Amino acid sequence: MQPLLKVENLVKHYAAGRSAGTKVKLAALDGVSLSIPSGETLALVGESGSGKSTLALCIACLERPTSGNIWFEGIDVTALDENQQRLLRPQIQLVFQDPASSLNPRWTALDIVSEPFLVQRHFTKPDRAVRALQLLDRVAIPRKMAARRADELSGGQKQRLAIARALALEPKIIILDEALSALDCSVQAQIANLLLELQCSLGLTYLFITHNFAMAAHLADQIAVMDRGRIVESGPAENVLRSPRHQATRSLIAAMPRFIETPGVLVHS
Amino acid sequence: MGGKCLPLVQEMTLLLEVKNLHASYSARTGEVCPALSGINFELGPGEILGVLGESGSGKSTLAASLLQLLPASGKIRQGSILFEGKNLLKASPQDLRKIRGGRIGLIFQEPSSSLHPTLRIGQQVSDVLAAHMSLDRGALNEKTSQLLASVFSVDAERISRSYPHKLSGGQRQRVLIAQAIACGPSLVIADEPTASLDPTTQKEILQLFRTLRQNLGLAMILITHNPALLAGFADRILVLYAGRVAEIGPAAKVLSSPQHPYTVALLRCLPTDFDEDQNARRTRLHVIPGDPPDLSSLESGCRFESRCTERMEVCKCDEPAAAAVSKLHEVSCFKFAG
Amino acid sequence: MRYFIRRALHAVFLFFGVSLLTFLFSALTPGNYFDEMRLNPQISPEAVAALRAQYQLDRPLPIRYAHWLNAVAHGQMGFSFAYNSPVAPLLWVRARNTLLLTATATLLAWLLALPLGICSAARFGRAPDRVLSWTTATLLVIPDLVLALGLLILAVRTGWFPTGGLVSVGFDEFSALQKLRDLTLHMALPVTALVLATLPMLVRHVRASVAEVLDAPFLRAGAGHGLPEHKLLLGYALRAAANPLISLFGFSVGTLLSGSLLVEVVMSWPGLGPLLLESILARDLYVVIGGVLLSMVFLVAGNLFADILLYWADPRIRTAASAK
Repeated sequence: MQPLLKVENLVKHYAAGRSAGTKVKLAALDGVSLSIPSGETLALVGESGSGKSTLALCIACLERPTSGNIWFEGIDVTALDENQQRLLRPQIQLVFQDPASSLNPRWTALDIVSEPFLVQRHFTKPDRAVRALQLLDRVAIPRKMAARRADELSGGQKQRLAIARALALEPKIIILDEALSALDCSVQAQIANLLLELQCSLGLTYLFITHNFAMAAHLADQIAVMDRGRIVESGPAENVLRSPRHQATRSLIAAMPRFIETPGVLVHS
Repeated sequence: MGGKCLPLVQEMTLLLEVKNLHASYSARTGEVCPALSGINFELGPGEILGVLGESGSGKSTLAASLLQLLPASGKIRQGSILFEGKNLLKASPQDLRKIRGGRIGLIFQEPSSSLHPTLRIGQQVSDVLAAHMSLDRGALNEKTSQLLASVFSVDAERISRSYPHKLSGGQRQRVLIAQAIACGPSLVIADEPTASLDPTTQKEILQLFRTLRQNLGLAMILITHNPALLAGFADRILVLYAGRVAEIGPAAKVLSSPQHPYTVALLRCLPTDFDEDQNARRTRLHVIPGDPPDLSSLESGCRFESRCTERMEVCKCDEPAAAAVSKLHEVSCFKFAG
Repeated sequence: MRYFIRRALHAVFLFFGVSLLTFLFSALTPGNYFDEMRLNPQISPEAVAALRAQYQLDRPLPIRYAHWLNAVAHGQMGFSFAYNSPVAPLLWVRARNTLLLTATATLLAWLLALPLGICSAARFGRAPDRVLSWTTATLLVIPDLVLALGLLILAVRTGWFPTGGLVSVGFDEFSALQKLRDLTLHMALPVTALVLATLPMLVRHVRASVAEVLDAPFLRAGAGHGLPEHKLLLGYALRAAANPLISLFGFSVGTLLSGSLLVEVVMSWPGLGPLLLESILARDLYVVIGGVLLSMVFLVAGNLFADILLYWADPRIRTAASAK
């Protein structure tokens, strides 16, 4: 069974100013390889600056890698030109960390969810409205909120809206770049449940990028740990959690605030 | 390194006493939204109080109210804030300015925008010192270097000459901490100091706070929405919901055996530790049903009632008063009333 | 550094472009200086033709342009038919007069706009701010011409100010103090007209920039640290609001030569404005080109000056520039 997404030796350099007369290049990605089977969740964990977001942008075809290959359903995405990549875009969707800036605050919820349909031009107007409302139902946004502007919604509702928009074109894989990090704990739980439920009913694949190991541990089938542009450890979630091998993984696990119960006293590990 | 609970002995002078604090915002349409309703708590010297609250609970309003830095649309309606014996709400503007930064340090959210974009870090720290102490230039620079060296273990010189946009999130947060402790305050209020930071940096910042408390005897009010952050760090925890104190007590007790239904539900939402229960992975997490109440249109009764799994008839009619469940542990819930 | 070298090259390119265009437009407009003469029956057609040849007006366009460029390279800017003198000294004198006026007016306007704008922003929405907004709005609506004329009427009616010109008759015999007083009296009205014309816009811009910054988190943080209000307003808010204001200042510098034409003409101030107007009407080609180019130099220099100031004032621009 070929994996849905396969990344091989991805390298991405950025120019970062000059030092002593020569251009300094920043290696955001330094040879990254991973693969995600269909219907599974891969959690990509790492510190800020490890290259997680760059990887997300490259996979979503929003940045061109310097070298390396990305295969989506067996097709080499990096070898395609702009137009061909555009045809693939509906299948790879992104949800970002800050819903306040990834959603146009002056548009209504319905407009935001219908926007992908406008781009595709396949549906008639009544058809679009029906599908948009169905999407809002799917993410449990009450219909009476459909006419509200995005800036009137709560943080959790905004993120649900972002997920609904991502679902509009029936993608195969959704990349969630720190999608839960800006939310309150109880809201994170709600969205996490929604994600699991959608994965179950729609057979979605997730690339879940986060620096919150606890949530990654909860949601993932596989975990990959990134450090300074490379994947330093990866494997089935249980294995990585129970016996981490790389230093970066161990320090991430150690840094996680956890409750360890001893009778009557709670200790920070 | 355990979460010690400092006993609040009656003989010890309280550093901060907040009594019946009410604050509200008025929208342009004239609607009044009560952000804080009847907040009561105390803080002893050197104590760390964790304020646990989600969005809409009023936690940022609380931080701003303590130093009367509410935006133009906000107003403190009622109550008293006694700091080192003086009522801050009755203080003159000059006294208030001296207390801000001088006796109480404040660390706002958003380290990325809490620093002036075109002034050097050293300058910004010096400005805080200059506002409260009359030092000559040499002494000012000396003290600035010392301060930065105390929060940055390496590279303090280079950081002093840098501009904020060249620093990482963690570094900026340390600068804010340096500014807050610059004049040797007895209390530091930190509003979500680690919200945008990754776990390793979070841990380092918390460690820095611990060191500062140890060396300087600082009291702290740490405001956050993440309960796990307060474990092993705070001495006491105050749980805020919809502008009211739901529960307040020793940190260990509140986290291990919470009493208020909201606290119980909140702590249950967290993903279980994978060490404890492998089978809990990829299952539904507990959620708190419903949404936080709209404070501009409150109905009578307990504010958590519509989402509470243990609600009773009386909860719809009246607001519960704080009742003691054990020594130093109070809960505002009808389960414990009477 | 490369950034500024590129901008300087840009400016040179601009110089050639504008000079060529001006040359073309002026030369292509029908008629020339000597057409007026042709209508005069007392001057023979041969005399006119001789004059035309003398001034090389019968040569083809590219050659005239090349000659002119050559002359500029040697520091001369052509010859004025109407004044019968080289253009350069003519322009310098007039330009100096204009600069005297506009530099004073610009300085005054900025010195007034900054405190007014800052105070207005600090008391946003309250009574003093509203009064100022109303006043600036009214001033903006009144055309410069009306302002200038109004001031002239004031001068005529009260006799407190002279009604035009740079200096009184017999200026050279005055003592130094009297000379200063005389000049000041003559300048008073044109400067007032210019200040009234430019002040409202500046005040509104300063107010807007500072008001936007007053909501910024770093100001609240500064207040939280107990910084005194004057430090917050001047040291922090104004500094942060500086970027758009610096650009505006560059624009002010850029229009030093070109912004006062109307006022100069109405108030008979012997500056570049009236000279340019006369020359256009009389088809005095080289004066027109010289005047336009001089204005252009100031405009470009003003923008470049603003860019240098921005580069120096904002470290984020320095970082972005070096990353390119």
